Amino acid sequence: MQSQYDVIIVGSGAGGGQSAYTLTMAGAKVLMLESGRNYDPIKETPMFQIDANAPLRATSTPDKPMGFYDATIDGGWAVPGEPYTNASEDPDRRFTWWRARMLGGRTNHWGRISLRLGPYDFKPHQRDGLGFDWPIAYEDLAPYYDKVEMLVGVFGSNEGLENAPDSSPGVLLPPPKARAAELLAQQRAKKLGMPVVPIHRAVLSVRQDAERLPALLHPGNPKAQRILADAMRSRAACFWATSCGRGCAIKANYQSTTVHLPPALATGNLDIVTGAMVREVAVNDEGKATGVIFIDKATGLEHRAKGRAVVLAASSCDTVRILLNSKSAQFPNGLANANGLVGKYIMDTVGTELAGQIPLLESLPLHNEDGAGGSHVYVPWWLYREQLAGKLGFARGYHIEFHPGRQMPGLGITANLDDITGGSFGRKFKEDARRYYGSFVNFGSRGEMIPNEDSFCELDPVVKDKWGVPVLRFHWKWSDHELRQVTHAQQTFAQLIEAMGGKVRKPPAENPLKAIRPGGNVKHEVGGARMGDSSKSSVTNRWGQTWDVKNLFLGDAASFCSNADKNPTLTIMALAWRMSDHLLEELQRGNLT
Amino acid sequence: MNREKKSPMNRRAAIKWMLTVAASAALAEEQIFGAAVDTPAHRASGYGTDPDLLKSYKPGDLWPLTLTDEQRRTAVALCDTILPADGTSPAASAVGVPEFIDEWISAPYPNHDRDRGVILEGLAWLEAESQRRFGSDFAGLILRQKNSLCEDIAHVATAAPERKKAAQFFKRYRDLTAGGYYTTPEGMKDIGYVGNVPLASFDGPPPEVLRKLGLA
Repeated sequence: MQSQYDVIIVGSGAGGGQSAYTLTMAGAKVLMLESGRNYDPIKETPMFQIDANAPLRATSTPDKPMGFYDATIDGGWAVPGEPYTNASEDPDRRFTWWRARMLGGRTNHWGRISLRLGPYDFKPHQRDGLGFDWPIAYEDLAPYYDKVEMLVGVFGSNEGLENAPDSSPGVLLPPPKARAAELLAQQRAKKLGMPVVPIHRAVLSVRQDAERLPALLHPGNPKAQRILADAMRSRAACFWATSCGRGCAIKANYQSTTVHLPPALATGNLDIVTGAMVREVAVNDEGKATGVIFIDKATGLEHRAKGRAVVLAASSCDTVRILLNSKSAQFPNGLANANGLVGKYIMDTVGTELAGQIPLLESLPLHNEDGAGGSHVYVPWWLYREQLAGKLGFARGYHIEFHPGRQMPGLGITANLDDITGGSFGRKFKEDARRYYGSFVNFGSRGEMIPNEDSFCELDPVVKDKWGVPVLRFHWKWSDHELRQVTHAQQTFAQLIEAMGGKVRKPPAENPLKAIRPGGNVKHEVGGARMGDSSKSSVTNRWGQTWDVKNLFLGDAASFCSNADKNPTLTIMALAWRMSDHLLEELQRGNLT
Repeated sequence: MNREKKSPMNRRAAIKWMLTVAASAALAEEQIFGAAVDTPAHRASGYGTDPDLLKSYKPGDLWPLTLTDEQRRTAVALCDTILPADGTSPAASAVGVPEFIDEWISAPYPNHDRDRGVILEGLAWLEAESQRRFGSDFAGLILRQKNSLCEDIAHVATAAPERKKAAQFFKRYRDLTAGGYYTTPEGMKDIGYVGNVPLASFDGPPPEVLRKLGLA
């Protein structure tokens, strides 16, 4: 660690990784602080391991809540020594918070679904009078979506659909072919008026064009072009095996640790310190950030890191926590919180699932449909017109993801098969298992939550973590919009399953509170420090630069104003790139000192 | 409570089990199901939040196992009644499924404590019922007898009221047996999973699949 940097970045995931990449490629000296341990996916990813090699057939435990082979290290719904609290005992009002304590954060395990926000998604209030508009429009972010997609590698197709923007020509990689159940759904969904199109995921379906892309991404910067070309050449295309949630040793999918950090390190401009838990942003008498104060987790000792600018990208709620804990005489409510908005309007994605059994898919000729380790197609939200006409009873949409059943068998592979077989065992059970394997399809919706006054986080007045730092206390409430959306999705899944000639495994939920995933459970928590046009009604300006401290920037999803049904990671990266470009300009102009 | 003893059941449950077995009388489920089962005296810790993912683990590597020789004999026989060898694939016990179930019920996590109770009590019920009906331990029965005993508890929805708990045990045991089995290489091959191999290209479903689905 050097005594002074241009920029201190807190966090190494999608936002921190992208910020470090953009800043170091442009020549800025950057220190990245990560609270978790160092992590090398090339050496540590369990490629090809089967569940029988793992304890308990790799199923979920409190130590590894998404299963033994999930890439998350030292994380999950509970992190030892780092509690969080809920204000309500009511199970419907509780928030669950997934954290990872590792280099690359949650980018190591995520689903790689990479959907752009569309024009409506930036101006939701204009459209239906609910929530908040962003201070930027789709056109502001579109060039950055192109850049991020070219950098990380995203497969998909341009379908010209309403509010699901096309990428520029030559940006997307070709989508993989659809699987059997996906094709069947596509055929049968047509009569329900639902489009089934290739999904966009950050997986290299083919290798990246290392000759063409670097010059497009870094015009006039031969060093950056050379470094990026080398980085792209080091990534292999997907070999159509091994779930993406384990991470990827051949770098075929995007994770910060394989895509953002190696080229950033190759510039010689990036230092990374792991095991560094940032407690607060340090400020001077003029109210400028001078760096951060962090705890070395190995020793428990406090250290200071100094920079001309600070980027918080600790994941939205941890970013909020750092701001609220950065209290001083000058900033008694925490940093960038003069208007009291820090922690307000946190959102998750609305999620619900329903499974069906499809007789047509029984006893199919054997074939390998591992594919790109996740969905190949999806149903983008398709009822804009009906919604605008007031026919749905809820605002904002959802998309549908599919999980066909010919994946590598896990422990639950024949669970509850007795519902269908009447309880077979012996030789008959083996025949039944062969017959029904692959005939189950699980449908999941991922929908928009509208920010509300009852969903926020604040510092717990009592509880502290093991280093004595106050922790977050969450408040949560779904509105009728989300609950009605869930009911609609459940009914839609049932229709779709029926249209495929199948039967639902259980009836669609009548009480949406029983079917909605709990707050935070989809792990798309965003907001808490939203951007806006005015210092009165927002925490940052349109660049992610805080109104109150002009050399303090937010590089993660904390600045989101809404949470469309498009999974947030791609937008986090596009915003971080745009924020970093602005930060560089401000640095060059001398505006930050 | 005696922390020294090796038996996974507490004294009360064990005595009940023996009395019931000896009596050969009509078996009341309540005598066995719901009797408290101890958590292991030597409470192990889990594998932690940062385990080695590349290593291969075997039952017993991470925490001590539970089943006594007698219980294991019953467990093996039940696994193989549920998944016997056939022309296509081996029996469950040939690919380590009973050991997996032992690992499962011995694991130091809350959900596993619940299954530990269900399965130890269920195995005890099975032995008692086997003695009552056939005067033999379960493993010593001929296939027809084993099947006849299992048929009564094979489906929770249709099981007689006095066998509901035994049927719930059987359902859980079948799910664990089958899950343990189909996650092995032999089981994956049997069920028809042909992936987890690197491919140069992903070509989608073959023509015969598309024809069968009416999508060709």
